[in-house]
Order: sequence, then C-alpha cells, then structure tokens
Amino acid sequence: MRSVDANMNNQYRDIRLGTDIGGTFTDIVLNVRGQSISTKVLTNQKAPEAGILEGISVVTRKAGIGADEIGMIIHGTTLATNALIERRGAKCAFVTTEGFRDVIEMRTENRFDQYDLNLRLNPPLIERQYRFAVRGRLDANGNELEPLDEASIEGLAQKFDAAGFESVAVGFIHAYADGSHERRARDILAAMLRDVPISLSSEVAPQMREYQRFSTVCANAYIHPRIARYLTNLQKLLAEAGAECPVYMIHSAGGLISIDTAKRFPVRLIESGPAGGAIFAAGAAARFGFDKAVSFDMGGTTAKICLIENGEPGTSREFEVARSHRFCRGSGMPISIPVIDMIEIGAGGGSIVWVDGMARIQIGPQSAGSEPGPASYQRGGTQATVTDADILLGKIDPNNFAGGAIELSASAASAAIERDIGMRLSLDTSTAAFGISEVVDENMSNAARVHAIENGKDISEYVMIAFGGAAPLHASRLCEKLGIKRCLIPPGAGVGSAIGFLQAPFSYEAVATRVVSLSRFDVDAVNDMLADLVASAEGFVRAGTTAQIRLELTAFMRYQGQGWEIPVPLKLQRLKGHDVNVIQRHFEACYRGFFGRTIDVLDDLEIEVVSWSVKATERKRKPNRVQPLAGSDTPLTHIFRQVVDTTSGETLDCRVVARKDLHKGARYSGPLLIVEPETATYVSSRYDAAIQMDHSILLSAKCEAEDG
Amino acid sequence: MADHSGIYMQVMWNRLISVVEEQAMTLLRTAFSTSVREAGDLSAGVYTPDGRMVAQAVTGTPGHVNTMSESVLNFLAEIPREEMFEGDCYVTNDPWKGTGHLHDITMVAPSFVAGNLVAFFACTAHVVDIGGRGFGADGRSVYEEGLLIPILKFAERGSVNQDLVKIIRHGVREPDKVVGDFYSLAACNEVGHRRLVDMFAEAGLDSFDELSEFVFSRSRNATLERIAARLPRGSWENTLTVDGYDEPITLAVKVSCTGEKVYVDFAGSDPMSRWGINCPVNYSKAYACYALKCLVAPDVPNNFAALQPFEVTSPVNILNAVRPAPVALRHVLGHMIPDLIYGALAKALPGQIPAEGASSLWNLHISARPANGRDGQQHEILMFNSGGTGARPQLDGLSATAFPSGVHTMPVEATEHTGPVVVWRKELRPDSGGDGQLRGGLGQVIEIAPKAGYEFDFSAMFDRIYHPASGRHGGKAGGAGVVELDDGTKLRPKGWQHVPTGRRLILKAPGGGGFGVPEKRSAEARKADLLAGYVTKPETQQD
Repeated sequence: MRSVDANMNNQYRDIRLGTDIGGTFTDIVLNVRGQSISTKVLTNQKAPEAGILEGISVVTRKAGIGADEIGMIIHGTTLATNALIERRGAKCAFVTTEGFRDVIEMRTENRFDQYDLNLRLNPPLIERQYRFAVRGRLDANGNELEPLDEASIEGLAQKFDAAGFESVAVGFIHAYADGSHERRARDILAAMLRDVPISLSSEVAPQMREYQRFSTVCANAYIHPRIARYLTNLQKLLAEAGAECPVYMIHSAGGLISIDTAKRFPVRLIESGPAGGAIFAAGAAARFGFDKAVSFDMGGTTAKICLIENGEPGTSREFEVARSHRFCRGSGMPISIPVIDMIEIGAGGGSIVWVDGMARIQIGPQSAGSEPGPASYQRGGTQATVTDADILLGKIDPNNFAGGAIELSASAASAAIERDIGMRLSLDTSTAAFGISEVVDENMSNAARVHAIENGKDISEYVMIAFGGAAPLHASRLCEKLGIKRCLIPPGAGVGSAIGFLQAPFSYEAVATRVVSLSRFDVDAVNDMLADLVASAEGFVRAGTTAQIRLELTAFMRYQGQGWEIPVPLKLQRLKGHDVNVIQRHFEACYRGFFGRTIDVLDDLEIEVVSWSVKATERKRKPNRVQPLAGSDTPLTHIFRQVVDTTSGETLDCRVVARKDLHKGARYSGPLLIVEPETATYVSSRYDAAIQMDHSILLSAKCEAEDG
Repeated sequence: MADHSGIYMQVMWNRLISVVEEQAMTLLRTAFSTSVREAGDLSAGVYTPDGRMVAQAVTGTPGHVNTMSESVLNFLAEIPREEMFEGDCYVTNDPWKGTGHLHDITMVAPSFVAGNLVAFFACTAHVVDIGGRGFGADGRSVYEEGLLIPILKFAERGSVNQDLVKIIRHGVREPDKVVGDFYSLAACNEVGHRRLVDMFAEAGLDSFDELSEFVFSRSRNATLERIAARLPRGSWENTLTVDGYDEPITLAVKVSCTGEKVYVDFAGSDPMSRWGINCPVNYSKAYACYALKCLVAPDVPNNFAALQPFEVTSPVNILNAVRPAPVALRHVLGHMIPDLIYGALAKALPGQIPAEGASSLWNLHISARPANGRDGQQHEILMFNSGGTGARPQLDGLSATAFPSGVHTMPVEATEHTGPVVVWRKELRPDSGGDGQLRGGLGQVIEIAPKAGYEFDFSAMFDRIYHPASGRHGGKAGGAGVVELDDGTKLRPKGWQHVPTGRRLILKAPGGGGFGVPEKRSAEARKADLLAGYVTKPETQQD
C-alpha cells in the first residue's frame, strides 16, 4: 500500500501504460501527461508477456522515456477466457455435497438447440472422476441439517496429494447462505496440500442457483494456477525490464483490481478486453455529456453492443463463456460474477456469408479472421465476407486499405459474392452486396434493440459511440434502423480497449444472496450483511487506491413467486424499519420501467429481495466536458467514388475525404466517406458529419439538425 | 428497386422472429409459476388476420407448436370480427381448443395498426394450479380436473373482465400466482403488439399480406425440398407399449410419405383411458410434427406453411381423446409420440434413427403441509426432471436431458426456497444407459424428503418403469425407472401418494436405449465409461 502512495505522489504518476492482449494483437497505449502513443504487436501465443515487453520497448522509445519512468501499468487479457475455451487449465478436483456430484454435468437438463437430434454438449470442465462428494448439508436458510464429514475430507486431501492435483474447487449446496462448511473444508485441505490453490463457491460467487455457482467456482479453480503463474512471471519480467511500477488488472466489470486479487479470483478477468472497449466508449460519452449512449464495437469476428448511462456501462451478475455453438444461448458455461452487460454476435468484417435453405442470406458466425481472411485479401480465403461486400458497395477503397499497407482485390471480392450469393439467389453482384450489408446491419440492430428492451430501455433515445475496424462503415445504417439520431466516432478507435483501461477506476462489486421479504424485513440482519459487503468491496478497492470511494447499493427484487429479479438501485445507508416502504416504491417504479405495469390486483402478494450488491468505485475527477459542435456547413469539392447508399440501395456519387484533412468545427453533408488508415466512416444521405474539437466525428440525423 | 424487395422481406422476417422472441422473454420474466419461469413451459407467436401462424418464438416447448397454431382459428370461430376491438385480449384453457389440458392458459390478442386489424398475437403458459383435484392423473373426467374457461374476453378495450378474475381467484389453490400469470400472458401479447407497430412504421407497411406470403412460400418450398431429399416414399408402421396408469397402454402409428406430404395416423392405438393420461389430438399432432421436423427440416422456422406438409389424423382413441375424457397428464403419452414415430421411420431409414429414450419427463408435484394435522400453510412445489435420451447413430445419448420436451429443470436451491422439502440427492444414475455401440444417456436419482415436522403428498406421473426405453439395431434397453421410499416400499407410477415425515422418496429416472450391438463399442469408450463411473460393471452395462 505504501509503495502505491509513494508512486501516486511522485512525478511519474502521469505516465501510465495500458495493454490489452487479444487473440490476434496485443495493443499498447502509453499516456505521457495527456499525450497518447500507441502500437500493436502480434500476440505471442506461447509467451504472451513477451508481446507486452516488445510493445513497451516500442512505445517508450517513441516517447523518449525509460521503462522505469512508467508510473502504473494497467493490463487486460483474453488469457482467462481462452484457457476456458481451449480447455488449457489445471488438473483440478471438485469437492461438493453428497448427492450433487453431477450438477455441472447435468446443467439445466435442457437442449440449447431444440431441433438438433445430433446435439453435442460441452463436456464438463471437471470430469466426473475428479468430482468428489462429502456429507454435510445446510438448508435454504443456512441452518445445518447434517454436520460436515471432516474425516472424509482428510481422506480426500491425502488422495489429492498423491494424485498430484494442481487446484481444488469447493462448492456446497446453500453455501451462499453460509460459507462455514466450505471454509472448514479449505482449512482441512490446505493443511495437507501446500501450495495448491483452493477456491470456494461462497467467496468466488456467493449467489443462489447451484449450477451457476458451481460452474463459476470450477472455472476459477481450473484457470487459477495458469493465470497466477502468468501474472507472477509478468511482474518479474517487467521488473527486470525496469518497470517496477504497480501493475493492476482490468476485471470483467470494467474496473481495476490488484494483481493479488486477480490471482485469487482469476474468473474476474474473463472478458476484460471487451470491458475496456465499453469504458473507452463510456469515457467519450462522459466527455460529451451524453447521458444515454450505446457502444458499438465491430471488429473482424464479432460485434459487441453495450448500454452506457451517465457515463457508466451497465452491469450484469451472470454471463456465459465458451459457448460451443459460438453465439447460441445456453451452449456455454455460466459464470456468476459482476460483468459489463454486453451482447456479442457473430457479425464482423470477416464474417462468412452464405445462403440457407429458405434462400435467405445468412452472416457468420464463422469468420475468415485475418488468416485466411476475406476473399479480397487474397491470402487463401475464397469465401465471401462482409468486408468483400463493403468493397463492392464502394465503402472500402481496395487500393487504400490500412493506409495502403494491404492491397485488396475488388475482382476477388466480386467473384466470391457472385459465386456464393449472386448465382444462388439470381441477384446481380451489386444487389447481392447490398443484401449482405442490409442483413448484417439488421442482425446487429436486432441484437441492440433486444438488448435495450431486455433492460427496459428505448434505444432510439441513445447516442451511438462506434469504434473498432468495421463499426464506422456500418454505424449510420444501424442508427437509421434503430432510430438513433446521433453517432460519435472518437479518434484512436483502433486501440479503444487499451485506451479504456487507462480511464478505468478502481472498483469492486460484492454480491450476496439473502432472500428477504418486505413484510418480514429483518432490518438488523440486512444491515449486518450490507456492512460485510461494504467491507469486502472497499477492501479490494483500498488495495489499489487511497482516493475517495463511492458506494452503490443495488437490490435484486421480484414479486414472490417470480423467478426473474430486476435490479433496483437503493441509497446505501443504515436502514430503518420505515425504509421498507421506500424500497417498495423504488421496486414498483423499476418494475413499471421493465414491464409496463405493476401487479396491483393482488392484495397479499409479497415483494422480496433475493440478492444484494455493493459496488465500491474510486471517485475520479470528472472529465473535462467537451461541448458537442453542430458545426457550420462546409462544402467539399472532391467527388471520387460511386457508393451504394445503404438506405435506399441506389448508387450515388459520394464525396471521399481523408479524416486528417477535415477541419474542426466543420459540418459536411452525407453521403460522404471519411477515410483513415484503420477504417472509414460512411455517412449516409440521412446524416451530417460535424468535426469536434478532439477530432471525433459526430453524425447527426439531418431532420434533427434542421429542427434545432 | 423491385430487386431489393426480397432482401427487405428477409430482413422483416428476421425482425418478426425477434418480436415473438421478445414476447416469449417477457412471459419468462414476469411469470409466477416455476413451470414457466424456471422450466420454460410456454410459447408465443404471431398470426395473420385469418389465423395462420407466421412466426413462433424458439424459446418455449414443442408441445405448443402445432396446438397454438390451430388454437387461434378456434378463437376466430368463436369471436366475430365486429366484436373485436383495440385493447382486447381473449382467453381459454379448453383442452380441445387450446393446448391439451386445463393447466395451459392460451391468450390471443388482436393487433390493430391505424384502426385496421393486421395480426394476432398468441401465447400459452402452464399455470401452477387450476383447481379441481390438482395436477394429477386421478380425475375421472375433465370436469374433475379444474376450472374450464371457454373462449371469452379476458379484457375488452383494455379493461379486464373482473368477474372472470374473481372466479379464478376463488377457484384455484394459489390465486396470486395464477392471476399473476394471467396478467403476464396479457402483457406479453401487448409487448408483441407494440413491437409490431414499430416495425410496420419503420418499414412503411400497412398489412401483413406480402410479408406472410413471402414467409409461407419460402418455408413451404424448403420443407418440401427436405421431404423429397430426406424421406423415401412408402408407408411404415410401429407400436409402442408403455406403463399407462394401472394397465399397459399400446400406441400404434402408420407413417406414410408421398414425396410431398407426410401422413401420420394413430389408428390401432388403445382406447381412451379412465385416467387423466389421455391426449387430445391437437397435442398428439404437436409432438408428431415436432418429431418429423427434427428429422426432416430442423432448420425451417415454425409457421403455418412449414407445418402444412405434415398431416396427422386419428380415430377416437387415447391419442385422440374426446370430451369429457380426463387429460391433465396428456404429456406422459404425448412425450412418447416421437419414439413411436421414430420406430416406424427406423424401417424407412435404417441406421439413421436414434434409439428410444426416457422421453416422458419425470415431473413431480408435491403438496407439503405440517405433519400430524398441525395448523400451517400448505406449499405446492413442482419439479421437472429428465431421464436419458436414446443413443444416436454417431453419438451416445444425452444424460439427464429433456427430449422431446424443451423444458429446463429448476435449481434445487430455488426449490428448497419454495417449500419445506429437502432434496438430498439429484445426480446421474450409473449403469442406467442402455449398452450398445453407442450408449444410451444416463437417467438420474432423486431423493427428496419433507423437512422435520412436515409431511407431503405427491402426484406421481412417471413412465418407463415396466417398459424401459428399447435399444435400436441391437442396442440394449435403458435402465427402467423406479419409484420407492427409502425403506424399500414400492410406490405406484401414477397418482397421488403419501410420504410421511422422516421418510425419503426415491426416484430413479430411466436411461436411454443403446444403438448398435454392444460388441462394437470401442475399448476407449468402455474405459472412459468405467473411469467416470457412468458404468460400474466392466462386462455388461445393462441386463
């Protein structure tokens, strides 16, 4: 803690480095007193830390500083996610309650695809022979029905030692209500198994529903040794390279945690890269004062969409990782931890296009990726992709892609689309390309609309923030489909996640299940539990910062008898008896927000709280506000290219201009194509583009510009 | 621009599927009955003004597929167009006009855009109680099984029929949950309607005609192509004998394919039972169509035209039970229909059809109360559990997984919050997968007891105790089901029975049948089975 303070006070506190290890690239962003220098290096699959060191040497050289001058390193990685997807984890044992050995294998007893007779399920993360059941049982309120069989746990410890297990997960029924059996089991195991990490479900994911909780604790144990090794090694290498500054990790909910916390709870690192993207968008939304924003991140393989309110991305308490059928709900393993709530669909530039049995154009989820790549890359890929369609529509200039670094073949794109789509559907190539673009845009806008609706929101009131290689090409059509009036394309979008890391606050969300009905509300017990949650959440944040901490309380509530809880934000304070009425009013207001009306015909219907969450966040200085500029009409003389307008399907003469040549404060009328090395922004005929003081591009619907 | 219309139509079709999906999700999240909210026993869809289904949510269970499709036509026959207004919502649970038993509530709402009736939305959900004898097989006629709500208006011009609500409130055991579910159903249609209005406005549509014709013609053509490619012409028969209530029941089928249509006829099946295991024919049709669609055209979305090539008929018998037969547990035999049909098609497509599975869900309805007549609240607890599925031509069967039903199980921790019971065991049942080149899926063992000071009655609705799932092509049968107390007392497979305080109810759900002769199972697969303990005896898996 002392070393953090020392660093905070020294002159280097303004030099921070963010690094995001992705599947293909490792992004590095160095921020030296407000100036950003970034680079991308290929991810080193065998030794991911080597890519970071390589990147650091590139950016420090460019900045003319030494590694020892870096004040803080913030790191996010897909390693945790990939270890689960690729099943590269530890030899792991699971200790559970007698009678429940197969919970993670029986799942919800459901088939995620109702019509597939040859359905394949993911094998359980920990195989049956490595799952062990012991006696000892609590009831739903946490009362002991049967004492823990300590002798058999001792027996297991000997067995684990002999068999060389590298990690152990413990998950008992109703442990979210009382974790004492689990802690006792850990003590017994730890006495005999030195240096073997032991993960408890009551600590990793103390929420009701055994399948989700056990799945989470097993995932934590499974990746624990690998991630701990990696982080220890990374710290060592960084120190050797002179970067002895503190290193913090981005967690799934988009905040920072210490390396020690990350080593104990490696599941909290899952999806940390995409979380960085959401923070990047949230930062832009906060600067421009957009209270309601939706981030749209479209890369080579997937599109990710996240709602941001008042500068904060939405969070959820559960998600699914490692879906075997890439995006099919129910085909992955559930992870019950706080996470940035985003949806991801198989729609990217490299998504492969095909025709289904109903003569419908389908997109993905398979992606040509960067190897072999879209047909137009001519690197071995022959199947038509979304990028190939964008070339034929005129939105991508094949002779000036990635700043001219890669030469694309329009004829290869055309041949692939004609063969894969045009001939099958008797469409000319240009119409086929239009169809591809329209279908992928519809898929993404559908996903965005449904995501908003599931959160009780109306997406047309939001401002879109688009980043990632393919997003600016598709953003204006998406906005049209969603009724969104404004769209911001910030600069630096190519390394958005790593930039986002630098903006992330220290934060930790502690969640616990404690079912309490409002009519029998035990104020003292709830206050005690909340105090524990506050202590836990604050403790994790204090490990990284001495700044002021903001605390937020959310109750997850429902009418008794329902199975779905809605989040109800409450004021965190010592509750008194009459606060129950306030809680009820908040619940009813939130319920109306989600479902239109409350259920008021039922006189004796109980309302209950199922789970509680306390989120502690480091208070950060408010970003400097940027006033959005409407801009003044600026004519452009260049007329270069024919582009198929995605709104009408008509071919239009479209002006093309380089982003670097645009003037701050200028407004240009669509259709317009703004090109830059990493991507291009297509401004459809229904939008204007105004260049902002920070070089962001702000699209506004034309009718709105006229009104206001 | 004409050549873009097909693309726009396709885009609108995608949108429509997302509209009904959202309709179903609303129901899932607002429903009170565990059967809906945890298990997904529901469905939702959108229809043309003349009652043809255009799209149906994937969320939900196949039991409602075709039943819902026809159900809207029944509403149209009953309520004249001139009596339909904006804000209306119609309801029924008539087993012969809805989805086969009184517990399923179907609601239909007209959707008006600019004063014109452009569509109907419909949804169905299984409520926790509907009065009568409770959810079980013991009713001797449908009149004993609970309240029957004929087709009538739940709401007119937005205002709810309070007389109906009162009748329900006073006629069922859990009035809050049941009335709550009626409101959830109405809300879910309303959500569908609102999204459709948005979609019409954005696309500039004023009627459904062009889009529905597009959906129907694409779906019809795709289904016909699949039938021609997948099924030979001819006619095949099969019979299947299962436990029934107090005597075995034999189901019979003849499946015929003309190249363009597939006919399914249940002539030869046993006559109606005196017990509540009879199937109205709409429910039998639903599972027959589901079985055929899985095999022939799994990728074609469900709608009127996609289902049209499948024609299902039956003389009056246990699979075409007529009023006033008791039908509460129609799912027990309904879930066996895919096994029945696949047995016939295995003759048409040898080597390509999975073995039989547990098939019928091992549902359990518990009514728990304080022991020895002490005063206290009674709790209704519903659990859905699955046995193993049959081995597939290239894959082992799935253990403890629902097929053909699409429901989920409930978390034990949630069940124990619902009432005074303790689930002591819910895990895989070793040695219950039928041996074969491909092994059947394992069943599961459940042990459940009343909490100290409580006792319970439960409604048994179990099958494959005396008639386990058969193997295919030399595969062995799956393990038979068992229902007993922990002191060894054997219990009946159907009907209400008692579990006193201090005793445990033990359920051993059946396994799936094997595929191919056991001698052909690979040494590696056998070794893996032993290592995991799926099989405990080295030589044979099943006697």
